[in-house]
Amino acid sequence: MHHQRQMLEEDYREWCRKVEAGLKRNPERKKDFVNTSGIPVQRLYTPLDSQDADYLSDLGFPGSYPFTRGVQPTMYRGRYWTMRQYAGFASAEESNRRYKFLLEQGQTGLSVAFDLPTQIGYDSDHEMAMGEVGKVGVAIDSLEDMEILFSGIPLDKVSTSMTINSPAAVLLAMYLAVAEKQGIPSQKLRGTIQNDILKEYCSRGTFIFPPKPSMRIVTDIFAFCADRTPQWNSISISGYHIREAGSTAVQEVAFTLANGIAYVDAALQAGLDIDAFGPRLSFFFNAHLDFFEEVAKFRAARILWAKIMKERFKAKDPRSLMVRFHTQTAGCTLTARQPMNNIVRVAFQALAAVIGGTQSLHTNSMDEALCLPSEQAVQIALRTQQLIAYETGVVDTVDPLGGSYFVETLTREICKKAEDYIRRIDQMGGAAAAIEQGFVQKEIQDSAYRYQKEIEKNERIVVGLNRFQVEEEKPTNLLRVDPGVRVSQIEKLKKLKAERDKEKVNRCLSRLKQTAEGRENLMVPILDAVKAYATLGEICDTLREVFGEYRQVNTVR
Amino acid sequence: MNTERKIRVLAAKPGLDGHDRGIKVVASALMDAGMEVIYTGLRQTPRQIVETALQEDVDVIAMSILSGAHDYLFPEVMALLKEKQVEDILVIGGGIIPDEDIPFLKECGISEVFGPGTSTGEITLYIRDHVKRR
Repeated sequence: MHHQRQMLEEDYREWCRKVEAGLKRNPERKKDFVNTSGIPVQRLYTPLDSQDADYLSDLGFPGSYPFTRGVQPTMYRGRYWTMRQYAGFASAEESNRRYKFLLEQGQTGLSVAFDLPTQIGYDSDHEMAMGEVGKVGVAIDSLEDMEILFSGIPLDKVSTSMTINSPAAVLLAMYLAVAEKQGIPSQKLRGTIQNDILKEYCSRGTFIFPPKPSMRIVTDIFAFCADRTPQWNSISISGYHIREAGSTAVQEVAFTLANGIAYVDAALQAGLDIDAFGPRLSFFFNAHLDFFEEVAKFRAARILWAKIMKERFKAKDPRSLMVRFHTQTAGCTLTARQPMNNIVRVAFQALAAVIGGTQSLHTNSMDEALCLPSEQAVQIALRTQQLIAYETGVVDTVDPLGGSYFVETLTREICKKAEDYIRRIDQMGGAAAAIEQGFVQKEIQDSAYRYQKEIEKNERIVVGLNRFQVEEEKPTNLLRVDPGVRVSQIEKLKKLKAERDKEKVNRCLSRLKQTAEGRENLMVPILDAVKAYATLGEICDTLREVFGEYRQVNTVR
Repeated sequence: MNTERKIRVLAAKPGLDGHDRGIKVVASALMDAGMEVIYTGLRQTPRQIVETALQEDVDVIAMSILSGAHDYLFPEVMALLKEKQVEDILVIGGGIIPDEDIPFLKECGISEVFGPGTSTGEITLYIRDHVKRR
């Protein structure tokens, strides 16, 4: 063995000498090759790069610690990932039609996009909701809307992901109430609420309450779900938006896992048992352009979280150690110019997600730099996933890039760099403190600015934007949301408020207020309030009275 | 000594949209180009934006919306400026804004709308060429 390695080293050095001698005549395209995370990319990777690695402890087998090669033993030989397109716009009726279309097209899970007023806890008639109702998602004001949203969709047959954070408890309660009306026990429900408030403060922006009460809501949901919805993911700890806001791949992993650590710390402090909620933590990552960097990133995230849960938090249940994750292709890489090119970008990104071992995937539609996705664009996006699954063959073996000298080296380097960040964040007092100090935001915005400057200096080529441009027609027939949605939502609210049992609503809201002032689990009174048809805005306003509202840290100066 | 007053820009996020990557990148680029930039942060009402612009005595308001609410919020800002009889502030917008919406926004007084893929250099030049106060 030793002799073999020596021979390899000698031959490698000889090869390097020869190549470098030829560089004068045939120079490479540039002097340094570096990926988005600032990791230098070498000309060639060989077994020499991995000579300190140990197969069993560093890679292991799929389904076993540290899950480098995937969380399930058979991965896609058993079952494909869930094909889950994020959708929702205008009214509950309109979105319900889109969901049924997607399910008919072979989609296997639902993913609900709510409009901004819903995400920030305002009813459609609130002043702050002006101009926003139904725009980036569906408007949900009360249980009534939620009943329409899922009408004709049996909730024991689909898994549903809901991108909802600050008011996650309210929307989860509404979902439970709809299921109850359909006669489905909560134990049978499968799905996810995003419920990741920390990344809202540092990258996505739909916060309501300050960190402390927000973290209490998060852990109340953990406790409730551990008890009542054993198949429901109580959080989706999200790097997606951190990356969209401009971070590098390493920062995406580091900041996401640092947030994860903060949630686990909070839950432990609230007295929960690590293995009661650990298995229901799920993750959400971005699939960006640099193919191998992305594949390595997913693998690195699995290794790091497994170690954190095992070594730092002493989790025992193997399911607590697994990063089960959803992926979405990178919206920020799509161009408004030559939008058809986006189909190809999305395909490569989706392939990276699959080879990286995702459990669920959203492929962006080609028109997302222009407007909300049209039905045709969504269909192509979904077909892209189906093509990967049914035609490419990459799904027939587990972790097909495992053992690649390059991918294994990159995986280790991403782990190391992300661990450095996590250590720094620990020293600042954890993720919440690092966000409060503006550290995370500053890191992300600096990376975003660097990326933009690279494009503007033509150091980074965006096909169709700063190279290979053409004169083109302005796109037409973009999907538009009917501005009448706001008016009809307001009508519905008026009618609801006139017809419901007002006394009951008031009793529920005052009990919610008492609970918020005390320490009992908030999910219980929220569920009661929702069932009494208290509106989302009324419930969030009650909590605002007790908790106050978050003020953003300004990191632009 | 350079006595010329630096161009002052209010970088603003009207409405509930949380996408601040674009506005922050533009703010950084304008600062690097020698302008003074005040960033409002997220969730500004049109009234707050106009009040801040007047308090800070800015020459330019640069707004960004990616949520589709530009059709309501941009004209609101322009109407409030008009109400206060402010005519010498250059107002520009950016974000995900369909081309077919642009004529209406310009009619309301938005001088220019910059879509995805715009270089920060282009925005800087536009401001220098079109700023109304000298």
